Amino acid sequence: MASDDIWILGIRMTKFGKYPDKDTVDLAAEAAMAALADGGVTMRDIGILAAGNLMGGGGMGQMLQKQIGQTGIPVYNVANACATGATALRTAIMAVKAGECDMGLAVGVEKLAGAGLLGGGGRAKSDGNVYKPAGRFGAVGPVDGRIGTEAMPGVFAQVGMEYGHKYGGADFELFAKISEKNHAHSTLNPLAAYSKRMTLEEIMNDVMIAYPNTRPMCSANCDGAAAAVVVSGAKLRTLSLEQQRRAVKVSASVLTTDPWQEACQVLPDVNTLTRNAAKIAYAQAGVGPEDLDLVELHDCFATAELVHYDNLMLCREGEAVDFFNSGATWRDGTMPVNVSGGLESKGHPIAATGIANIWEVCHHLRGEAGDRQIEGAKVGLAHVIGLGSACGIHILEKSAA
Amino acid sequence: MANQIPFVEYLVLGDRPHLVANECTACQARFFDRRNACANCFGTEFTKTEIATDGEVRSFTIVTFAAPGVHVPFVSAIVDCGGTSVRGNIVNTPPDPDHVTLAMKVRLTTFTLGTDDEGTEAVNFGFEPAL
Repeated sequence: MASDDIWILGIRMTKFGKYPDKDTVDLAAEAAMAALADGGVTMRDIGILAAGNLMGGGGMGQMLQKQIGQTGIPVYNVANACATGATALRTAIMAVKAGECDMGLAVGVEKLAGAGLLGGGGRAKSDGNVYKPAGRFGAVGPVDGRIGTEAMPGVFAQVGMEYGHKYGGADFELFAKISEKNHAHSTLNPLAAYSKRMTLEEIMNDVMIAYPNTRPMCSANCDGAAAAVVVSGAKLRTLSLEQQRRAVKVSASVLTTDPWQEACQVLPDVNTLTRNAAKIAYAQAGVGPEDLDLVELHDCFATAELVHYDNLMLCREGEAVDFFNSGATWRDGTMPVNVSGGLESKGHPIAATGIANIWEVCHHLRGEAGDRQIEGAKVGLAHVIGLGSACGIHILEKSAA
Repeated sequence: MANQIPFVEYLVLGDRPHLVANECTACQARFFDRRNACANCFGTEFTKTEIATDGEVRSFTIVTFAAPGVHVPFVSAIVDCGGTSVRGNIVNTPPDPDHVTLAMKVRLTTFTLGTDDEGTEAVNFGFEPAL
């Protein structure tokens, strides 16, 4: 292992679900301590802490230190919408890569059970009953619902429908089949918030949220946390053979934002920044999509999963529909996608997601995934999108040791 | 006729209602809100430009579950108006996938949203099927 390589030494996610009796600090502490134990280290070994939490009001890193160990190390509290977890991990990786320390801890945590619809609603009504233009568009009332939709299910429905307009073949049933796959995968994941298999009919006949996304085609709001310990190659060499054997190499760590595109002011462009991040990641890792044994991608809605097959170049441009219909992305296919059950069933506690998906990939690369193990997995990719937008992609490789 | 106010400032009312954008004089990128510099080329000069009122639906969703206070169902669409993408509701047609389809031709229309205590009408825009 090269001295300047970065490795995941320990990583863990909590079970995702409902935790009425635990707060965000409890959940973050559970994940962080489990990740430290998994890596065989303590807070004394950690030189930097990056903490992500979107809905909790800030200062998560310091609150976590008080819960599990205050050593005076620098804390970076980060926020990047649904890419917050990946951003925390990337922050810890950058600090180690820069030589500021040889070990870092990244944590993402969220309490979201029962949160309802995200993104919509618009601003509060102004006082009095006289129209007064306000805000960037000089609107005299909330625009959500009056000038299109601002809530996530509809925004991402439009993302998927746009792909259908461009290339054809993407209809309600196709998107529902993607959801059917992820719910089927979730039955093997004991840490998923929902692990019930659903038939295509059940999915299509469930409550419609924003056509063509019914409720089971939307990511599940839930509570959860995930944490990872990263270490430099130089430091890893000084650790035990067992630690070296279980360490997972971070072959690529990339964060991008959305470059300007004509339509991005009316529909967030989640495609270009993902494609850009994928290109950089494949080049950094020296691997191509054909080398991947599994992919965890950001299926915040069934409509989103389809476009990311294309954006991550898992298929040829414009061929995502045929690619899915070939069965490739089922766990027994040529390119298993979201074998964890994805955000639609595993759940999506926003800031935890970008580390939890890396945990899933590491779990397989270490050969520890039990019933849902993808046999012989050597290389995996984890992808998240935070609307606004930010895209995090990490490519991970099994240890050669 | 009552006083009218556009629901958003980029809607121009009158005999020929239309949308206006701030267009970058260097690269012609268009923005419905104000920018200090162009997001595409960083140019700092903008001019008002009129957006075509005929368009084609490039994407849509039928929202049946929304935040409190938002009337459902409604159709949100991304409409290509002569090369400029516009977000708006599809109106004057039933909100279902039999009546709203990808690539359907639409045109801008306006309608009253409500009236305030001073008798001013708020007028919004949407897109209706162009027969």
